[in-house]
Amino acid sequence: MAVQNPNATTATTRHGALGLSAEDLLEMYSHIALARAIDERMWVLQRAGMVSFVISGQGHEGAQVGVMWATDRQHDWLVPFYRSLAACLTKGMTARDLMLGLFARHGDPSSGGRQMPAHWAHAAHKILSTSSPVGTQYPHAVGIAYAAKLRGSGELCVVSIGEGGTSQGDWHEALNFAGIHRLPVIFIVENNRYAISVPQRLQMAVDDVAVRAAGYGFPGVVVDGSDVLASYEAGREAVRRARAGEGPTLIECKVERLTAHSSEDRQEKYRPTADLEAARSKDPLVVFKHYLEQVGVLDEARYTEIHNRIKAVVNDATEYAEQAPWPDPATVGRHVYLEG
Amino acid sequence: MAEMRLIDAVRQAMYEEMQRDERVLVLGEDVGLKGGVFGATDGFYAEFGEARVLDTPLAESLIVGVAVGMAANGLVPIAEIQFSDFIHPAFNQIVSEAARMRYRSNGAFGCPITIRAPYGGGVEVHGGLYHSQSIEAFYAHVPGLKVVTPYTPYDAKGLLKAAIRDPDPVLFLEHKRLYRSARGEVPDDDYLVPIGPAVVRRQGTTLSVFAYGQMLHETLQAGSQVAEEGIDAEVVDLRTLRPLDTETILASVRKTSKAMIVYEDNRFMGFGAEVAALIAEEAFDALDGPIVRVAGPEVPAVPYSDPLAAAFMPTAAKIADAMRRLAAY
Repeated sequence: MAVQNPNATTATTRHGALGLSAEDLLEMYSHIALARAIDERMWVLQRAGMVSFVISGQGHEGAQVGVMWATDRQHDWLVPFYRSLAACLTKGMTARDLMLGLFARHGDPSSGGRQMPAHWAHAAHKILSTSSPVGTQYPHAVGIAYAAKLRGSGELCVVSIGEGGTSQGDWHEALNFAGIHRLPVIFIVENNRYAISVPQRLQMAVDDVAVRAAGYGFPGVVVDGSDVLASYEAGREAVRRARAGEGPTLIECKVERLTAHSSEDRQEKYRPTADLEAARSKDPLVVFKHYLEQVGVLDEARYTEIHNRIKAVVNDATEYAEQAPWPDPATVGRHVYLEG
Repeated sequence: MAEMRLIDAVRQAMYEEMQRDERVLVLGEDVGLKGGVFGATDGFYAEFGEARVLDTPLAESLIVGVAVGMAANGLVPIAEIQFSDFIHPAFNQIVSEAARMRYRSNGAFGCPITIRAPYGGGVEVHGGLYHSQSIEAFYAHVPGLKVVTPYTPYDAKGLLKAAIRDPDPVLFLEHKRLYRSARGEVPDDDYLVPIGPAVVRRQGTTLSVFAYGQMLHETLQAGSQVAEEGIDAEVVDLRTLRPLDTETILASVRKTSKAMIVYEDNRFMGFGAEVAALIAEEAFDALDGPIVRVAGPEVPAVPYSDPLAAAFMPTAAKIADAMRRLAAY
């Protein structure tokens, strides 16, 4: 790289020690920045009355891209939740795909406009369709992992949830089963300390969800989710364990929710101002940008180039989705059962 | 061709499907070494091994949820719920997940799972409130699901094979009393009974009775009793509750002009209500009497003690009385 800082050699940088190149870093950064730009555009469209609903992943992107980068993004599975925008992009969905979902258009690859926005799915990218009841996706992920093990396909499955979702019975049942069978699954908990408005202290009596892994017989680790490289490192170890047949890993990523729960929520009502301000300092996009500048991977010219490209992609996706055809009302009865 | 019990037919269907297709597996509580509490998977563990005859933790939501994931990744799971009374923790996984997977993904993902659940009362060992329930009404309501309940061993084998090969989720309800009381000829070879069509078990002209599961046994007995009195009942085995064979139902009503539905569940908003509404809407002009439902009383479930259990169950005698009243209308 022309912009590589001569002082930041492979041996001395954190990313170098993890085996990540400058190109890797820039690609990871681009995914995080693209996810953020799409997310921000979604809010603008909602506030302008162009679309009816947004639920956000802002603040979670670094953890998602970091962990997903450690997986085989073609071969492995993702069972997302409604804040997994960046993970879905990393897995191969495009800005157009995501915008089609937001606008609920016929071409929405997740559901053809049948589900609310942020209920992503993509069969070709091995992203399983998920629902709104929280926690149900966890047993699906261990079922996928069980099938992978039985069939000897070598796939693993990443599944995500917030800390609130860990209160559900399905979450517990899934971890228990995965531990018993040492399944190739990576359980991600993106802990942003709020389940809509309910703070973590009223959700559980422990500081770290990760400690619960001990009760299921596999490791649980806590990572700073604003630290992309730390998330990658945790993901890499979890992938190694899964591929080696050592079983699941629970990764708790401490993240910040930079927006309200959804466009129907006002978080100022229940989050103190100081808390909201502190959250801003843990913005993974800012933290990662700072790191890239420090190690000389990102300079102003490169930054401008990346963000101009992202702006063009988001503009294109918005226009494309806005002009895309609505679902035909005559199709409301289709795909209830397999059509012969 | 061999004469066998319904439980043996269930077992044979699964055994043959697991031999035929290595993607098929069974999972549930006690399905392994024990071979299931009713013996449906007896001998499977030795034949197919632990990975395909999977004893699960005691967690019904997990059993169905894991099956949904397995199906997404290329397997064909048969999930056994030990008693249908315990299926309710899995309601969310069945209704919100399995049944909607295809619709909500616009056809991209399917959910080819079979959920077997023994149901019903009137068994020698009384089940009481939590080992006797009929649960079909909750699930037959749900688009995306298919709900099947066989009456004969022949149908049990053919319908279960059809369920396992079906590309969509099938709730396969097996009446516990029929497990050992229903006997019949079952071919050794591979055959399917299609999901959907009902079958007329007794031809008649006076009135039509629609039933399924163990209630067919009671209804056919009642039909024989009233035949001596000149009441010629037609008895239709619905077999599949969703999708419902409306054609056979309406054809029978048009033939006899009188309709009765018999089911073991409590009456209110039970499956019979749907059949009654169908007839009222589609064959009103053919009716020559009120549509009658014979069903359980409005109590939570079948009580344990002998006299209470007997008071709950629709019996041949109760059905015969209802037939006499309807015939005389």
